[in-house]
Amino acid sequence: MSVFSAIGEEREIDSNEFTPGIEPQATWCPGCGDFGVLKSLKQAMPEVGRSPDEVLMVTGIGCSGKLSSYFESYGFHTLHGRSLPIARAAKLANPGLEVIAAGGDGDGYGIGGNHFMHTARENHDMTYIVFNNEIFGLTKGQTSPTSPKGHKSKTQPHGSAKDPVRPLSLALASGASYIARTAAVNPNQAKEIIKEAIEHDGFAHIDFLTQCPTWNKDARQYVPYVDIQQSDDYDFDTHDRREAADMMFEAENALHEGQVLTGRFYVDDERPSYQQEKQATGEMPEEPLAERYFDEDYEWERTADSLLERHK
Amino acid sequence: MTEDLVWRIAGGSGDGIDSTSQNFAKALMRAGLHVFTHRHYPSRIRGGHTYVEVRASENPVNSRGNGYNCLLALGDSFARNPKENAIYGNEEIKPLAENLDELNEGGIIVYDEGLIDVSEVPNFEARVEENDWNVYPMDLRSLAREHGREVMRNTAGVGVTAALLDIDLKHIKELMRDAMRGDVLEANLDILQEAYDIVSEEEFSHDLRVPTGNHDEDQVLISASACIAYGALDEGCRFISGYPMTPWTEVFTIMSQNLSQFGGISEQVEDEIAAAALAIGASHAGVKSMSGSSGGGFALMGEPLGLAEMTETPVVLIEAMRAGPSTGMPTKPEQSDLESILYSSQGDSNRLVFAPGNAAEAYDQTREAFRLAYEYQIPSIIVIDQKISGEMVNVDESFFDREPNPDLGSVLTEDEIAKAAHHESGKFKRFLHDTENGVSPRTIPGQKGGRFLAAGNEHSEEGHISEDPVNRINQMARRAQKLEAIREDLDTNDASHQTTFGPEDAEYGIITWGSQQGAVMDAVSALNDAGHSVKGLGVSDLMPFPKKDLAAFLESVDEVIVVEMNATGQFRGLARKELGLYGEKMASLLKFDGNPFIPQDIVTAFEETIVEGKDDVSNERTKYLPEAGVIQ
Ligand SMILES: Cc1ncc(C[n+]2csc(CCOP(=O)(O)OP(=O)(O)O)c2C)c(N)n1
Ligand code: SF4
Repeated sequence: MSVFSAIGEEREIDSNEFTPGIEPQATWCPGCGDFGVLKSLKQAMPEVGRSPDEVLMVTGIGCSGKLSSYFESYGFHTLHGRSLPIARAAKLANPGLEVIAAGGDGDGYGIGGNHFMHTARENHDMTYIVFNNEIFGLTKGQTSPTSPKGHKSKTQPHGSAKDPVRPLSLALASGASYIARTAAVNPNQAKEIIKEAIEHDGFAHIDFLTQCPTWNKDARQYVPYVDIQQSDDYDFDTHDRREAADMMFEAENALHEGQVLTGRFYVDDERPSYQQEKQATGEMPEEPLAERYFDEDYEWERTADSLLERHK
Repeated sequence: MTEDLVWRIAGGSGDGIDSTSQNFAKALMRAGLHVFTHRHYPSRIRGGHTYVEVRASENPVNSRGNGYNCLLALGDSFARNPKENAIYGNEEIKPLAENLDELNEGGIIVYDEGLIDVSEVPNFEARVEENDWNVYPMDLRSLAREHGREVMRNTAGVGVTAALLDIDLKHIKELMRDAMRGDVLEANLDILQEAYDIVSEEEFSHDLRVPTGNHDEDQVLISASACIAYGALDEGCRFISGYPMTPWTEVFTIMSQNLSQFGGISEQVEDEIAAAALAIGASHAGVKSMSGSSGGGFALMGEPLGLAEMTETPVVLIEAMRAGPSTGMPTKPEQSDLESILYSSQGDSNRLVFAPGNAAEAYDQTREAFRLAYEYQIPSIIVIDQKISGEMVNVDESFFDREPNPDLGSVLTEDEIAKAAHHESGKFKRFLHDTENGVSPRTIPGQKGGRFLAAGNEHSEEGHISEDPVNRINQMARRAQKLEAIREDLDTNDASHQTTFGPEDAEYGIITWGSQQGAVMDAVSALNDAGHSVKGLGVSDLMPFPKKDLAAFLESVDEVIVVEMNATGQFRGLARKELGLYGEKMASLLKFDGNPFIPQDIVTAFEETIVEGKDDVSNERTKYLPEAGVIQ
């Protein structure tokens, strides 16, 4: 029996296994887009064949951050904006884990922006879901980095003078190797995209459009949406960085104008993950580091055997 | 001659002062002497005046001592760059001029005539006469050029001082052979011998000689930073994440350079928040991990530190202090982050804080910090500073002859998980209330049946966010209970880290913490030699606070001076808070000018205040705070 026997276990997995004995209705408002993310995620899990014990769900703070409470797996509900550094280290410590990080647009593109850029750049093999509702939900409706220019809130009474962040372009420029946008109102596409993102060997970023009917009443409910892969109007190569960049630029402009374009924007299957790069330089062992602590036969070397020589 | 040799090499930073002095110290150590090195450098990369002192004694050494007695002034080669003739101000003479203040009476000066013009050094002749210094001008530059290259001036200087002090070249040559090859080695050996021979033939005006060494054990020359790194490795730490900041960079560098050899992972990341968060993430996933920083970077770690406390994720952080506030003085030591280390982050603090007083203690306490962090699921902080991080001292090699400890602490196996308490939904009770010592069982992601949620919010036994008042009280009590259990563990395992020195029945006491311990030890010896009755206490456990040890020490003496490097007496404040008594016994001697205490600072303060009863000390570089007043 392996130390982490849940990892790599072959069996039928039921999406109900991902439902804990605690209900999201406790904190999420009726009609919140967050329910859609949870549902699609639960449905994707049996298809990727991962059981609750081999998944580590790391979340930030916000209504979105509560995902780890309502999704049954190993979980880490961290700090505002800090899910990524925690998630990526866990992946380095045990690459066998399925690591998924999640949080809101304020969490991921605002306070955690620096980590987003660097985690994408390093191309860690993990999935990052950003619940993009263009608002701060949990703190009661302040302007977020994705709120449109001119957005008025209690803390921005004159209307925001800033252009919103462009999450897709930002992910691409930073180095993410899988980038998609989906919407809570489109559960089938969302499930497929989550599945692809999890199966992708590298940093997979999903900008997940979620409505916040409580604080962002003016906002479009992201309908009607267009699936760019299903539409004849959008023909581009998702493997071509330049074409992907143009398509993202168009989609980001379109969203400001009320048109919702969803689907896969960029897929790079060639780029090695950070773990592979690090193993290639000899900076990371081939076997999962975490296993070593349970291995009775492993010989722990003493520093006195090799390092003291240079001090003599 | 029984006088200790304190040899100082001065030059421009970037001139190879560090490596030269390290070899010199090692050579003396190999000759059976006890050595101690002290480094002074400015916040500049190239150029700027820098020096290293090597103290060598037949007895164990605890501090740099008071002043020094042999100067090797190399001249600042970078003052001349980029053009031979472009000299910036009088930087070139600084290696001589700037070092005269601390040179003891009757001391030796060797300077490089090729680079330094003594006529530019203010009052040089007069000062030499007044202090009875023995001056040996040598054209080190020409000597180096003749046999090799100008940069080998260092070697020429070592040869000259070795001859003047009657040091056998054997060990120095051995070390050169280990470090160099081919033409470079040959040239250096030639220069060394030639410099030695030239001087040997001269008449000396001084009578300072290197003491005779008498070690009977193999030694290593090592810094607290290296000891922390090795302690961590021996304790099974295999993950480090950091962002460079002086002086934490030393630990970070040593770990990063050696970790992969032990199959570990090192990550340089985007900022200190990420650095601490990564260490927490790796630890959560089952790897012994550490991170660290210095003042400003540690401030950024406040929030993740609180997360580790709340989620009970073990992790070890290093805080290598430097003078603050803000960016402060990057290359100068201070002990003024104590309060921020004890209490930074929101909420009531549950963390361990250790401040080793020398390199060997740094190794021991790092191991202890890891053991306790993992056994009790709590973050540990090891506090060092710019002084102790880089100073080198000889330690018996056998001291490091220890067994590794890869134990992850209170982690369950899958068999144990199967039998452990679970919520009816199947969730494992990771934060179980009713435990013996506050420690609830832990599982690692990927283990079958061990699922839980680690939440930075207050949470229930299975990790769900909860604001239930009863749960809140239970969780708070359990987390606090761990600190008491750890205090007991430290006491019963004889792992308490307070160091006492001086006669047990002494009348007066001096208390210090962390890096100033060595200077206080030397001061206590000097005071007893001078007929006073004084003992010392070096405190290394800061949280949980060693109340019993402190109370016993304070109880046993009439008056105490608390010695620390900050402006407000932070440790004295902590002792008062923890003990609620003894304020009337504790006066403070403080220093915050960027230079650590030398033993004489403490001796003078003791004599002026306790013996003569003055309520101030004459040394303008130190500050004296009379007794703290009684709190009942
Ligand atoms: C360091 C810190 N700053 C501020 C907060 C308060 N805070 C909690 S959630 C949040 C914003 C959440 O917005 P978003 O990330 O968009 O998530 P949503 O609630 O909309 O899902 C803020 C500012 C915090 N918890 N921590
Ligand atoms: S406030 Fe908005 S984001 Fe938060 S739960 Fe309610 S609807 Fe959802």
